[in-house]
Amino acid sequence: MTETLLSTHGLTAFYGDFQALFGVDIELHRGETVAIIGANGAGKSTLMRSITGQLRNEPAMIRSKGEAIGTLDAPDVLARGIAMVPEGRRLFPSLSVEENLLIGAHGRKGGGYWQLETIYEMMPILRERRHHGGTALSGGQQQMVAIGRALMSNPEVLLCDELSLGLAPVVVKEIYAAFPKIRESGASIVVVEQDIGQALKVADRVYCMMEGRVTLSGPPGTLSREAIHDAYFGVSA
Amino acid sequence: MIWVDTIVQGILLGGLYALFAAGLSLVFGIMRLVNLAHGDLIVLGAYLILTASTVFGLNPFLAALIAAPVMFGLGWLLQAHVLNRVLGADILPPLLVTFGISIVIQNGLLEGFSADSQKLSVGALDSASLALGPVTLGVMPLLTLISAVAVILILNQIFYRTALGRAFRATSDDAATAGLMGIRPRNVFAIATGLALVVATIAALYLGIRANFDPTIGPARLIYAFEAVIIGGLGSLWGTLAGGIVIGVAQALGAAINPEWQILAGHVAFVAVLLVRPRGLFPRAND
Ligand SMILES: Nc1ncnc2c1ncn2[C@@H]1O[C@H](COP(=O)(O)OP(=O)(O)O)[C@@H](O)[C@H]1O
Ligand SMILES: [Mg+2]
Repeated sequence: MTETLLSTHGLTAFYGDFQALFGVDIELHRGETVAIIGANGAGKSTLMRSITGQLRNEPAMIRSKGEAIGTLDAPDVLARGIAMVPEGRRLFPSLSVEENLLIGAHGRKGGGYWQLETIYEMMPILRERRHHGGTALSGGQQQMVAIGRALMSNPEVLLCDELSLGLAPVVVKEIYAAFPKIRESGASIVVVEQDIGQALKVADRVYCMMEGRVTLSGPPGTLSREAIHDAYFGVSA
Repeated sequence: MIWVDTIVQGILLGGLYALFAAGLSLVFGIMRLVNLAHGDLIVLGAYLILTASTVFGLNPFLAALIAAPVMFGLGWLLQAHVLNRVLGADILPPLLVTFGISIVIQNGLLEGFSADSQKLSVGALDSASLALGPVTLGVMPLLTLISAVAVILILNQIFYRTALGRAFRATSDDAATAGLMGIRPRNVFAIATGLALVVATIAALYLGIRANFDPTIGPARLIYAFEAVIIGGLGSLWGTLAGGIVIGVAQALGAAINPEWQILAGHVAFVAVLLVRPRGLFPRAND
C-alpha cells in the first residue's frame, strides 16, 4: 500500500445551523490523482474549505499522513504541503502575474522543483504576461496563474476546485494538459469538478458527492455511466 | 513676490501634514481601518521623544531613534491584542475602540506630563533659515518636507518592491485567499500598524520641534491628517503627500489674507477638492 497523504474521517461541516457535509470519508494516496465530482451545491467546495483550514472541524476528522490536522488554520495546512487552487481563481488584483506567482511561495522554506522558471516553462504565456495585472488576463490564463501560484509552494498535495468553471472546452483541455507535468513533479492531486469529462480522464479514482455525502467511489473504469448518473443526480424513479 | 513666499511656506507646512497623514493612509490602505487615535499616538510619540531626550540628554533626532522601535512595538501590540479583535465587516467597532484609545492616551498623558505645553529643541537649528531670493526657507520646515518625501518614497518601495509589501497588498485584496498562501493577515496587520507608528514618531519629532504640544492637541492633528488622506485619494501614499500640500498651501494663503483664516482655509480647500473630485486626487482603481 502506498502512503495515505490526506484523508477525511466522518467529516461534517456547518455554516451556522446549516449542515453542508454529513460524514465524508475520502483518501488520497501518494502519486494519485483523485476526482471529486458532483452537482452544484453537493458540498465539494465545503470539503476543500474544510481541508484547507477555512472551516473549523474536529481535529481527527482530517488527517495528513496520519497527523490530525482538522483544527489547523490555513497557513498551517499549507505548511503540511497541502496547497489549493480556490474556486473562482481568486487572484490578487493588486498584484502582477509574477507577484501572484511569487506570493504562492510566501510560506515556503527552501527550494523545490517549482520556481518561477519551471512555471514559465510549463506555461510560457505567463512569462509574456508577467508584468500584467493578474486580473487583466483571459479566464484560462488566470486559471494558469492560480495553478502556478499554488505550485510555487511546492506542495505534496494540490487541491483544485473547479478548474473548468466558466472556461471553453478547448481552454479546459489546455489547462488539463499541465497535469502530467504536475504529477511528474511529485504532487498528488485532487480535482473537484462538475464537468465530469475531464475529471474522469485524469483521475485514478473518483468520488461522487451529492447533498453533503459521498454516494459512489472507485476507479473510473469500474463505474458505469448509469451508476455515476444516479450518484450525481439522485436515483431516477 | 510675497505670494511666492507664501506658497512655498505652505508647501513646506504640507510636508508636516503629509507626515501626520502617512501612517493613517498606510493603515487604511491595508486594513480599511480608520484609526481615530492616530493624532494622539503622534502626541504620545512626541512625549516619548521628549522623555528619551531629557533622560539620556540626547538631541531629539537621536531620541527619536530610541522612540521609534518603542512605538513600533506599541503599534504591534495594539493591533495584535486590541484592534484585530474588532476588525470585521462592521466598521463601527474599530471606530469606537480607537476613539476610546484616543481618550485613554490623552488622559494618560495629562496624568503623566500635566497639561503644560512642551517643546523639543534642537538649539540653533530651531530657527535657522536659508534665504533664496525672495523666499526664506526655514531649515526645520525644509527638513520636514524632505523627510515626508523620503518616508513616502520608502513606504512605496516597501509596498511595491518587497515580499512584505506583496503580503500587505494581497491581504488588503483578499485576506482569506492570502491565508491559503501562508500569510497570516493578523500578523500582517500588526506589522503595518507598527510601521505606521514609526512614521508617527517621525511626524512627532517635527511636530515637537516646530510647535508647542500638550496632551490635548491630538484630535486636531488627526483632522489635518484625515483631510490629507481623503484629498489624496484613499490608499494612495503619493496622494497623501499631495493632500498634505494642498492643505498646507491653503492654510498659508488663508493666513496671508487674514491670520484668523488659516485653519478655516484648510478645511475650505478640503471641501472644494471633494466637490470637484469626490474620490480624491489619486483614487485607487480597485476600491
Ligand atoms: N458561506 C456559506 N454559507 C452558507 N451556506 C453555504 C455557504 N457556502 C456554501 N453553502 C451551502 O453549502 C452547500 C454546499 O455548497 P458548496 O460546498 O459550495 O457546494 P459545491 O462546491 O459542491 O457546489 C450548498 O447548499 C450551499 O448553498
Ligand atoms: Mg464549489
